[in-house]
This record gives sequence, structure tokens and C-alpha cells, in this order.
Amino acid sequence: MSLLDERPLDETPVPDAQDQEPIEEQVPFRPRALVRSERVELMLAVASGVTGSAVMCLLFDWTHPLTFAIWALLLFLGSTYLLARDSQSPIVATDRLVTTLVWTSGGIAVSVLLWMLGYVVVKGIAGLNFEYLTSDLSKVGPLDEGGGVFHALVGTLEQMLIASVLSIPIAILTAVYLHEIHGRLSGIVRFVIDAMSGLPSIVAGLFIYTVWVLQGRGPSGLAAGLALAILMIPTVTRTAEEMLKTIDDGLRESALALGAPQWRSVMQVVLPTARSGLITASILGIARAVGETAPVLLTAFGSSSINWSPVNGPQADLPLYIYQLLRQPNPAQIARAWSGALVLVLLVLILFVLARVIGERGARVRGGSR
Amino acid sequence: MALTTPDLQALEEQVPRDIARTVTRGDRIFRTLCASAAAVSLFIIGGTALFLAIKAVPALQKAGLVSFFTTSVWNPTVGDFGVLGLLIGTIIIATVSLIVAVPLAIGLALFINEYSPARIRRILTSSVDLLAAMPSIIFGMWGFFALQAPLVGVAAWLNLHLSAIPFFRLSEADAPLLRSSFIVGTVVALMIVPIITSVSRDVMAQCPRSQCEAALALGGSRWGMIKEVLLPFGKAGITGAVLLGFGRALGETIAVALIIAFTVQANPYVLEQGGGSIASLIAIKFPEAQDLEISALIAAGLALFSMTLFVNLGARAIVRRTQIAA
Repeated sequence: MSLLDERPLDETPVPDAQDQEPIEEQVPFRPRALVRSERVELMLAVASGVTGSAVMCLLFDWTHPLTFAIWALLLFLGSTYLLARDSQSPIVATDRLVTTLVWTSGGIAVSVLLWMLGYVVVKGIAGLNFEYLTSDLSKVGPLDEGGGVFHALVGTLEQMLIASVLSIPIAILTAVYLHEIHGRLSGIVRFVIDAMSGLPSIVAGLFIYTVWVLQGRGPSGLAAGLALAILMIPTVTRTAEEMLKTIDDGLRESALALGAPQWRSVMQVVLPTARSGLITASILGIARAVGETAPVLLTAFGSSSINWSPVNGPQADLPLYIYQLLRQPNPAQIARAWSGALVLVLLVLILFVLARVIGERGARVRGGSR
Repeated sequence: MALTTPDLQALEEQVPRDIARTVTRGDRIFRTLCASAAAVSLFIIGGTALFLAIKAVPALQKAGLVSFFTTSVWNPTVGDFGVLGLLIGTIIIATVSLIVAVPLAIGLALFINEYSPARIRRILTSSVDLLAAMPSIIFGMWGFFALQAPLVGVAAWLNLHLSAIPFFRLSEADAPLLRSSFIVGTVVALMIVPIITSVSRDVMAQCPRSQCEAALALGGSRWGMIKEVLLPFGKAGITGAVLLGFGRALGETIAVALIIAFTVQANPYVLEQGGGSIASLIAIKFPEAQDLEISALIAAGLALFSMTLFVNLGARAIVRRTQIAA
């Protein structure tokens, strides 16, 4: 699941410092300030929405805040439309209606995100302490207190390391192949990367299961790393290619004009210039893979005690740990799952912010050096 | 790359020399290296199809190829398997999620591209990206514990007031509404919103700005401009984006497995407890599966693989064509 493979973090591919201005200019229609009559209409509409919905909630004894919000929005929409139609024209009224709906969709996206993050923090913070982070589940019964997430953290770390080492070089070389070499296979490779980016994660797990686990090698962290690598390749390739596209052609041409063969121009000029972008691409790939549950379920099977060896025997990892706890419905397990979820969300957030910071700093450095 | 003797002569004599791209041995090695890295992806996709097909054979033989796709049973002890109900369930869940996600995602794309002030726009793009980065297990948990209660209210309301529409009916008056395809579909919808948003944003951004401005200059409202210029221009691309989202929704596993009350039979009552999908079947049955059942799960995985492959490639083809056309 993700849009990560669709585009780099920011809305434009790596904003160069030089491009900063045009980005501001691109904002197509800066909403003009409201005139007085419009402000009055807006306030009237808000008032009618809020009071109308409040009255309905009191009358019909609805208690859920969402019900209130939905009715307030509906009444607001209705009164905006009617007010604008009355004072201006049906065309203006429809325009306002759409504007409100479009703003609403933005509001929904932000509030879903905040709600989800807040919910995880509230549910998970209670169980999160030093003991939780440093112990495993081998000695606690399902109903006991205590126990922790350490074994899952170790698994996540090892599996992500394996997946990164395998997939990032392949992905970056593939991006170089697509954008620098333009080889004969480019068309078909691009086609296949498209196919891979839509590959359901559970199918990647099944594939590694059939070619690795079933061939007598058994479940292991390494198998999980292989499955996660499959999921990372398209993400990293796409983002890396986007990054390579932002490198000025003049740099490549100067390197070639100085007599460098293509491989040196790529290795010593293009890739170093794109370094921060490539790091961002890799972190995004890791952020995608770190939250995958299904492929790990099929390849590492999960375990309740610590297994340091990534090549031998079942291993847990963070999302799988959460999933397996959730499938045993008793309060202690579910509380542990929430704390695990908080750890996972924090991990994803750290990766996300890291990718952003590196991406932006890289863009600044590149812009400044010209 | 060094200049050869004839080149030097040509330089001295000031006559034009041949311009040729020399490929050094280093270049050749480098290209081979990159090509083989690129070929890894080919092998992975090819290998997936091949190995899943091989391992699916025993179950397909036992259950019969035709009956595997035309019955709805899951009985590993006698080796009787059929995924028709789950195929339908997969499509039901994906369709529900599209119905919820498409208006939201297109609204978001319009908001980010056309409506929002610069500052809000930054917050919004970050939020959408972060939503995309959230693990599906988090969506699943949150959906199960936080979203079910309000959605059950919505479901009850839909059933009460809109039961004229067949989708909103229940099999019996007081059927339980928790863990339904509707709830799962809504959660999956939130997971596919980011991809639909970002792809349709890209498509809309390619609309020639002059045409949009012309529409406004003719006195059109902003919505008039969107309706008459932007959406017709982006129609094909947005369709592609929606198809991409559909492909994602088909393959969504963990959130579905966590929330749905799993049944092998198709459940046409969307608002009602019970349903299933191929991906959730694999996640739920796999941990306890033995020989033949594993083979059957792999066969189901192969079906899912081919389904998402077609949807996804079709979607990409559409999106890419519009990008070239622009």
C-alpha cells in the first residue's frame, strides 16, 4: 500500500533552490480576500450549520460528535448554496458548493491522519516503557502483564537490513539503466517495474515461500528480507529515476566533454550529485517495507522469543508481532499490540521526517553550489 | 576516449573529424551490470508467475480447474476448494472502497492543485504522503477499534433510509452490522486515497494553464473551469488513477484480514457482518495450512496475482498514454 512509489515526498520532484520561486508562482489561483458581503454570508452559513445541527442533536438525542459534524456540514452546504443563489446567481452558488466540498475533502484527509495518529498514541503510550522495549514474550503467558517487543525489534532491524542491502543497489542500477543508459530492455523493464509496484505484498510473500521456504530452507528472517526486497525494488527504482531526472543534463555533458567515459560520468558526477535524492528514495523504500505484515507472515512465521540468527528458524518482526497479538483477543495482548503499534508508527514517522530533511537539505546544497 | 592519431592529424589539418561515441570497455561492463540489475525484476515477475503456477497444480488437479473457480467451498480435509465467493468478495470490497475513495481523492487533488493557499497546500501534501506511508496494520487496528462504531451508525442509517437500493438491504432485520464488507471497504478506501490523489494530481497538472485561464477569462467560475476544461482533459488519466487504486484495493491483505468476519461464501449484503477476499483468505488460512491446502492457497494467490497484474498494467497504460499526449 502506498503512493510512495508514485512520487518523491514533496509535491514536486526535488525542488531546487532555483525552482523555489516558480513553485510559488505556480500556485494557480490564490484565493482573493473575501469582500464584506461574502464574509457575512459565510458567517450566516456557519451559524446556521452549527446551530441547526446542535438543535437536531438535542432533539433526537444524538451523542456522537461525528453525527453532529455531518449534519452541521450538510446544513452549512445547504445554506451556503441558498444564500449565494439568492444574493448572486446559481452559477456562483454551485461554485461555492464545490469549493466547500473540496475543502471538506482536505479536512477529511487531515483529520483521518490526526485521528489515527492520536488514537495510536493514546492507546499505546501506557504500555510503552523501558521494560517493554527490552524484553520479549517468551516468559509471559497470554494473560500476564509485562513482556515486550525486543525480539520483534531485532527481527525488524535484521530483515530491513537484508532487504535494503539486496534491493537498493539493484534498484538504483535499474534506475540508471532506465534513465542514463536507455538500454534496449528499457521498455520492458519499465513495464515490469509497473507490474511489480502493483504486486500485492502477500503474493511476494507466497513467491518467496515457494522458492525459498518450501525448498527445505524453512522460515527465516532472510526469507522475509527477500520478500521485502521485492516490494522495495519498484518503490526505490521509481523514486530514484525521478531524482535522476532532476539532474541537469549540462553536468552529464560536461563530464563527457572532458573525455570521461559514460560509466565515470555516471559514477562520479551524476550519482554523487543525486546522492541526497537517492538516499531519500531508499528511505522511502524502507518506510514502505517496514510496515508490511503479510509477506513476513508467510516467510518468517513469527516467534515469541528472541532469535538473533536471520538465517535460521522463525523470526518475529514488528507488524507481524502486532498482527499475531491482535488475533488472540484478550486485553493484555491487545494492550501490547497497541504499544507495538506506537513503536511502529514512531519508526515510520522518523523515517518519513528523515527522508524529508535529507531531501530538502540535498536540494539546498545542490542549488547553492551552482 | 583518447584522441587517436587520425584524429590528431585531422585537428592539425583543420578538417572535420568523425564524431563517434566511443564505448570503452569500462562502459561495456557498466552497461552489462546495470542491465543485469534491471533484469532481476524481469526474473522476479516471471518467477512469481511460474513458481506459483507449478505449486498450484496439485490443488487444482484435486479440486478441478473449473470447479476451483466456480464453487465456494474451503474444505482442506477432503481437498475440496473453490474461490468463486472470495473472488466476488474481493471485487465487492474493492468496489465499496472505490465508491468511498474516488470522490475524496479527486476532491483532494482539486484542493491541492487548484484551491488551497500555499501554506495549507504544504500541510496537505505532507498529510497525504504520510497517509500513504502508514502501515496497513495500523489502518486495520484503527479501523477495527476506532472506526467501526461510527460506521455501524452510518450503516444502520443507510439501511433504514435507503433500503430501496438493493445494496443497502440486510438478509434479516436485526443482522449484525460489525465486521462487514462496508466497514472494510471504507478502511481500504482511506488506504488507496493517496495513490489516486497523487496520480490524478499529476494528470491535472498537465492541463495547459492557458486553457484554464481562458475559461476563467471568459467569465467562468472556478468550478465551471474545472468542469469544462480540467476534468475533460484529465478524464482518461483520472480513470487510470482510479484503476490503480482498484488494483491496490484488490490486493489489500492485513486490514481486511483483521476486520472482516471471514466467510468463504460471497455475501451480497454489503452492510452486514461477513465477507472475504482472496488476500485475506491467504493470510488467515496460511498459518495452519498443510500440504494440499497450501497448494490451494498458492492457486488462490495466482488468481489474485493475475487479476491485479491486468488491472495495474491497464491502468499504467492509460496514465502513460495521457502523459505522452500532453
